[in-house]
Amino acid sequence: MLKDILKILEDDARTTGKQIATMTGMPVAEVNKLIKQAEKDRIILKYQALVNWDRIEDEQVWALIEVKVTPEPEAGFDAIAERIAQFNQVRSLYLASGTYDLLLIVVGRSEHTVADFVSQNLAHIGGVQGTVTHFVLKRYKYDGEMLAAGEGVKRQPVIL
Amino acid sequence: MSARQVGQPPEKHKLIASRVNRLSPSGIRKFFDLLASMEGVISLGVGEPDYATPWHISEAAVRSLEKGYTMYTSNSGMPELRQETARYLKEKYGIDYDPAGEILITVGVSEALDLAMRAILDPGDEVIMPDPHYVAYDSCVILAGGEPVMVPTRQESGFEVDAADIEARITAKTKAILLGYPANPTGAVMGREKLLAIAEVARRHGLLVISDEIYARLVYGVEHTCYAGLPGVKDSTILLGGFSKAYAMTGWRVGYALAPREIIAAMTKIHQYTIMSAPTMAQVAAIEALKTGEADVQEMVEDYNRRRLVIVKGLCEIGLSCFEPRGAFYAFPSIAATGLTSEEFSEKLLLEEKVAVVPGSAFGGCGEGYVRCCYATSLAEIEEALNRMGRFVSRHRRK
Ligand SMILES: Cc1ncc(COP(=O)(O)O)c(C=O)c1O
Repeated sequence: MLKDILKILEDDARTTGKQIATMTGMPVAEVNKLIKQAEKDRIILKYQALVNWDRIEDEQVWALIEVKVTPEPEAGFDAIAERIAQFNQVRSLYLASGTYDLLLIVVGRSEHTVADFVSQNLAHIGGVQGTVTHFVLKRYKYDGEMLAAGEGVKRQPVIL
Repeated sequence: MSARQVGQPPEKHKLIASRVNRLSPSGIRKFFDLLASMEGVISLGVGEPDYATPWHISEAAVRSLEKGYTMYTSNSGMPELRQETARYLKEKYGIDYDPAGEILITVGVSEALDLAMRAILDPGDEVIMPDPHYVAYDSCVILAGGEPVMVPTRQESGFEVDAADIEARITAKTKAILLGYPANPTGAVMGREKLLAIAEVARRHGLLVISDEIYARLVYGVEHTCYAGLPGVKDSTILLGGFSKAYAMTGWRVGYALAPREIIAAMTKIHQYTIMSAPTMAQVAAIEALKTGEADVQEMVEDYNRRRLVIVKGLCEIGLSCFEPRGAFYAFPSIAATGLTSEEFSEKLLLEEKVAVVPGSAFGGCGEGYVRCCYATSLAEIEEALNRMGRFVSRHRRK
C-alpha cells in the first residue's frame, strides 16, 4: 500500500525500494512503481535532510510572521497567499483561523534581512493590511525532532 | 582470601537456602557483564522496547506527583485502574472480570507470576511448561517449592506446545500448566484450536492454567487468542498481563493478574505482606495508557512488524534458518549451519563481531541450537547486525 511506503519514507527518505519491499512484503518492482507515481502526482515532493543548523556556526534567523489581509472578491485568500509564497525567504505559509489570516515562517541570514523582507516586500503587496513579526529565540523541536543535544536514554544491560 | 579462578562457577554457599542455590545463574548475565565493558556493540540481546514511554502517559504520572499522589494505594490497586483493566479486557477479548475481587494490580507480570506460583503450589507440586520458555518461569516454580516439568517444543511445529505432549507429562502431582504466548524467546503464537485442545486436557485433569499474555498486543498478521476467553476455562485460569511491552513501560513496574476470587484473594494476601501496592505513579500512568494509549500501541506494532520482516529475511539470507515469528519482538534462528553451540555462537559473535544475542540454551534445553535476537532496535542497527552476523556465519560455516 502506498500509505505504508510513504510512512517509511517520511521517517527515512534513504530507505531503498528493496528495503521497503522487505518491510511491507510487496514486490520491489511494485514499490518502485508506486514511488515513481507518487513523485509524479506530487505526493512525494522531495527528499531532504532534516538539518539542525544551530549545531554549526551559521547565522540563521527564523521569524513567524502573522499577516492580516483583505481577501479578493473572486480569489479569496489564495491569490495573495500564492503571491507571498513566491518569495524565497518564505519557508512555509499557512492560512489560519483566528485574529490574523496568514502565518509565514521566514528564514533569513539576520534580523535585518527579515526586517527588510517585511518592510520592503511584504508591506507593499496589495491587500496586506498589517503584519506582526515574532523572531524565534530558540528552536526546541523541529518537524518532530528534538533539537537538544541530548544523548538519549540508553537501555541498561538487564538480565531477562 | 583465596583467589577464585575466572570461569569457575560461584560456590554454592551453605548459608543460602537450597531452593535458591538450585536456581541456575541466568545464562545471560555473563554476556551482559562482558557487553557492558565493550564499545561499539550492537545489542539484539535486551528484551524490551527501544521506545521511551509515550509522553502523554509519562505526563499523567508527572502530574500525579505534582498533585501529591505519593501514598500507597489499595492493596489490590487503584479502583480506577482495576475498572479500566476490566473494561479493556472486555472490549478486546469479551471476557468479564469483576474489578472488585477478580483483579490484582502487581509490580509487573514478574510479581504476578511469583504470586501465582506461591498461591497455588504445595511442596513438590508440578507445573508443566513449554521448553524453551521465559527465564523466570522455572525459577518462580522452584522458589515456590514446586517442580517445573518441561514439554519440548520444536521449530518444525512453530514452537507451539502440543496438548498431547502436555497430557503425557501429567502425574498425580501436576497442579498447573504455565503458558506464555506470544512467546519469549521464540516469538511463537498459539492458535485457538491448539489452545482449545490444551483447555480440554486441563479440564479433564482438573488443572489450573496460568497464561502469561504480556505480549498479547504484539502480534503480526494474526489474532491473539486470550486463553481466559475460551469457553468454560475462566474458573480455572490465572491470566497475567501488563504494560511493559505494549506501551513501552518496562521501567514503571506495573502489571495485573486476573483470576477467580479465591485465587486473587490468596495472591493479594501474599502481595499485601510483601509489596503492599504497586507504585502509585505507575498505576496512574497505566490508567492513562489504557484510556488513551491505543494509537501508540498500533504505531509501535506497525513499526515492529517492519523490523520483524527485515530481520527474518536477513537471517534466512545469511544461512540462519528462521521460522517466522508472529508475536513478541524476537526472532529465534537456528544456528545449525555453524556447528557451534548456542553459547559458543553468542560468545564468539560478541567478541569477533560485537553483536550481542542470547544463547537459546538460556531458555531451556530445547533452546540449544538457536539464539534469540530481539528486533526492538533501530532498522539501521538491525541491518548492520545482519551484515556482521553474515560475515560471522560464513567464517564459521560447518565444514
Ligand atoms: C514472557 C515474559 N513475561 C513476563 C515478563 C516480565 O514483565 P513485567 O515487566 O511486566 O514484569 C517478561 C519480560 O521480559 C517476559 O518476556
